[in-house]
Amino acid sequence: MEATSRAFKSNVDRALADKTLQQALGLARTGFPAKRRAAVERLPEFEALREEGRRIKNHTLEHLDFYLESFEAKVRANGGEVHWCRTPAEARETILGLCRSVGAKSVTKGKSMIAEEIALNDFLEANAVVPIETDLGEYIIQLRHEPPSHIIAPAIHLLKEQVADAFRATHTELAPDRPLSEPRTLCDEARQVLRPKFLAADVGITGANFLIAETGSSIIVTNEGNGDLTQLLPKVHIVLASIEKLVPTLEDVSTLLRLLARSATGQEFSTYTTVSTGPRRPGDLDGPEQYHVVLLDNGRSAMLGTEFQDMLRCIRCSACLNHCPVYGAVGGHAYGWVYQGPMGSVLTPQLIGIAEAGNLPNASTFCGRCESVCPMKIPLPKMMRHWREREYEKKLSPAAFRAGLGLWAFFARRPELYHRMAAIGARILGGFGRRRGRFRALPLARGWTSVRDMPAPQGRSFQSLWAERQRARMPRYH
Amino acid sequence: MSDKRVRVGLFVTCLVDLYRPSIGFAAVKLLEEAGCLVEVPRAQTCCGQPAYNSGDRADTKAIARQVIAAFRGYDYVVAPSGSCAGMIRTHYPELFADEPEMFNEVQHLAKRSYELVSFLTDVMGMERVTARYDGLATYHDSCSGLRELGVKEQPRRLLRQVAGLRLTELPGAEICCGFGGTFCIKYPAISDKMVTDKAAEIEATGADTLLAGDLGCLLNMAGKLTRRGAAVRVRHVAEVLANLTEEAPIGAPEGVR
Amino acid sequence: MTAARDQILGSIRRSLKRGPLGEAETAALRARLASPGRNLVPARAAALDPPAQRDLFTAMAQEVQTTVDRVASLAEVPAAVASYLAAENLPAELVMAPDPALDDIPWHERPLLQFRRGRAEPGDQVSLTPAFAGIAETGTLMLVSGAETPSTLNFLPDTHIVVLRAEQVVPSLEEAWTKLRARQAARGDAALPRTVNFVTGPSRTGDIEQRIQLGAHGPRRLHVVFVDEPVATEPSAAIPSSPSAPPSPPPLAGEG
Repeated sequence: MEATSRAFKSNVDRALADKTLQQALGLARTGFPAKRRAAVERLPEFEALREEGRRIKNHTLEHLDFYLESFEAKVRANGGEVHWCRTPAEARETILGLCRSVGAKSVTKGKSMIAEEIALNDFLEANAVVPIETDLGEYIIQLRHEPPSHIIAPAIHLLKEQVADAFRATHTELAPDRPLSEPRTLCDEARQVLRPKFLAADVGITGANFLIAETGSSIIVTNEGNGDLTQLLPKVHIVLASIEKLVPTLEDVSTLLRLLARSATGQEFSTYTTVSTGPRRPGDLDGPEQYHVVLLDNGRSAMLGTEFQDMLRCIRCSACLNHCPVYGAVGGHAYGWVYQGPMGSVLTPQLIGIAEAGNLPNASTFCGRCESVCPMKIPLPKMMRHWREREYEKKLSPAAFRAGLGLWAFFARRPELYHRMAAIGARILGGFGRRRGRFRALPLARGWTSVRDMPAPQGRSFQSLWAERQRARMPRYH
Repeated sequence: MSDKRVRVGLFVTCLVDLYRPSIGFAAVKLLEEAGCLVEVPRAQTCCGQPAYNSGDRADTKAIARQVIAAFRGYDYVVAPSGSCAGMIRTHYPELFADEPEMFNEVQHLAKRSYELVSFLTDVMGMERVTARYDGLATYHDSCSGLRELGVKEQPRRLLRQVAGLRLTELPGAEICCGFGGTFCIKYPAISDKMVTDKAAEIEATGADTLLAGDLGCLLNMAGKLTRRGAAVRVRHVAEVLANLTEEAPIGAPEGVR
Repeated sequence: MTAARDQILGSIRRSLKRGPLGEAETAALRARLASPGRNLVPARAAALDPPAQRDLFTAMAQEVQTTVDRVASLAEVPAAVASYLAAENLPAELVMAPDPALDDIPWHERPLLQFRRGRAEPGDQVSLTPAFAGIAETGTLMLVSGAETPSTLNFLPDTHIVVLRAEQVVPSLEEAWTKLRARQAARGDAALPRTVNFVTGPSRTGDIEQRIQLGAHGPRRLHVVFVDEPVATEPSAAIPSSPSAPPSPPPLAGEG
């Protein structure tokens, strides 16, 4: 998809002015954190599990070549195929080739962030293969020609009325005056419309939450069951996953599964966790005849060994989005690309470049709430800071800001000069503002005073008052 | 003449120095009441966060070296701010991770550096204060203090000792107020949304006083509250604990108490 | 494709600042995969005795809108199924897994229940399957695919009925994997079954305004007929209960 991360600030203005979006975000801001907290408090071992999860993923990343090769060997042994793809283009071509090999007209899709990353739908459509999103949220945004605004709740930016409008505009074969005012009726309509599409699809494409080296299995975690119908009914199942999804064993993934649902939706366990190992076996009455895993690198192997390696532990639970006050204020579309919130602010610059996505790692107060809830203990603020360092080194940050920072640093590195300036500044600002206690406008701080008052200083700097006090106290020591 | 008292170097913080020295004096008073000998090294300016969070490592390190040198020899370094204390305690060691010759000194400083209120309770064992404040107060947990240093119960524990003061919990007390240092200047629209939500939550508690442990957040929230015309007195927690509330609240006209 | 493969693996090694792993290290990693060790397993279910694990399974399942009907024996299953269908106003027609394990149930006692054995087809309203295990810690059903247990039964019909026997309840996911590995080994199958479904409640979505709706794409209803039959392998069942038998000495540690 076309990135609009460069236009972050205007995206933000639009998001803040969008009353419907703000109403939808209001629901999200309170819902997810409360549910996560309840689930975490119910499991005394949760903190210890986070540490184990971190350890498991770190171990895997340190030996990723070994685990990928082991995984591939097992997939082959089970009758499946692994396709290695360096770039989005290679992955798209591979998938199209597989679709064409069975003469596919339509493909159903389970939710896959990697499919968004490689812009798969547009590509398939341009090549006469109809992609059908089957996750309810993904289906809704596909109808609206929008990208997802959240990694697990893609349509979280919408209210039910907008969903009803999209359904009426698309499902024209249904009675135009049917009632669609409740989530229940909307959900039933999507179920009714999508069921024949599940049955007719030639290929099913899913993502993978995890790939298991021990068994050559892929795992999807869903609540709707759409992923299961997607991979169970068509002749061909294609799993699209990035290389860091590897986990060594079933025991290891069990630990990560305990973290995933609780962190994501506050569920004890998601409704459906499905472990798929190869195609249909002799005697099986159902299941796909072909099983393919498309493994995408897209720059991830180059993140290993860098200050961004920890990001590869991410299991896409969305806890960082759900707890981020910036995400909560502006929603996912403002981030301008596939991934949102703190994890997006770290990953997006890696995938589309810091020059394009420089705003994202800057738009954080470093409040640290994301890191505190991350099940994989990814130091998200630290990595956003690393992006700022790269940006600063490349002189990509705004010149005026750099000049201001340079001037401040000049004084901050010279304490005596600094204290004289601070004393003068405090006197001037205090003199003007003390009586009223605040400034409604300040010439050099319009970014501040445009939306809030600037409290006035008390009029003297601490250091100057302290020096006076020390002088006054002196005689007592003689 | 040998003084057995714990020697504390007060890290004033640049905002307290410029804006609100009364917080610094409140910190000194509390530390002295706790039995410390307080000194204020003159060679300090700022902890370096503005540069650090802007990606300017070179200036950050230069400023950090200045802080390290200025606070050599103290038993403890105490700041009336979770943000600055967190910078010294958790980020200085990261900053010098690639300089083995600095490792010991930085670690030594980091381990001795504390946020004021948690220092008073956790290190000095302070359990009561002799202060009076008439009002219904609510407390905002500033992010760095809360998440980097675990400051949560300590200020509430001491505030419960203040005569006349009642505490009411602020819903969303752990959610950022939208200050974020340079963030509020770089992204004023998002910052505004965050601080507007925060101000609304504060007003909804019905409290007449807002307290917190970081002046940056307090300036942000006070500025929003006065802009909204809310009658909430905003103060640093140290002012109330030290019984030093003669100065007007943050953002309030001279003479108001 | 091999070019891409080699480049990706090469890039990983370059980034990790090393070449391919050495013999010894590879052997250690292979061993880790060959005999996987358990990580921390929460005490919630693991610390309970089997009866309490069964109660926990029931409670956790009900929490996520699985309905659970506990019956004393397999003989009571047909009546339980019939009354569930009647209560839910569902047709007495089921598509049932062609699994011999379900043949022990005296279905003939309920002649009004009609069955087809096989996979699910579009239009099937109600399915009935066995389970491989029930996982107490989260109230999760573990269903494995095979010639006798097609996976479509778990997803296509609106109503899914699962017969779970008490001794199939295991405390944890780890215990479930151990049990499945043992079964596969006993069958001489080196691989996992093609599909392992962990099902925790009926299908749901929160995608519209985060209001949970059941029955998004999978079953709208998930009903477990839980058979509490006494388990023959439990030690208490092996102790003779006849009053004339001499009292048996308490078992000694290490004996036998």
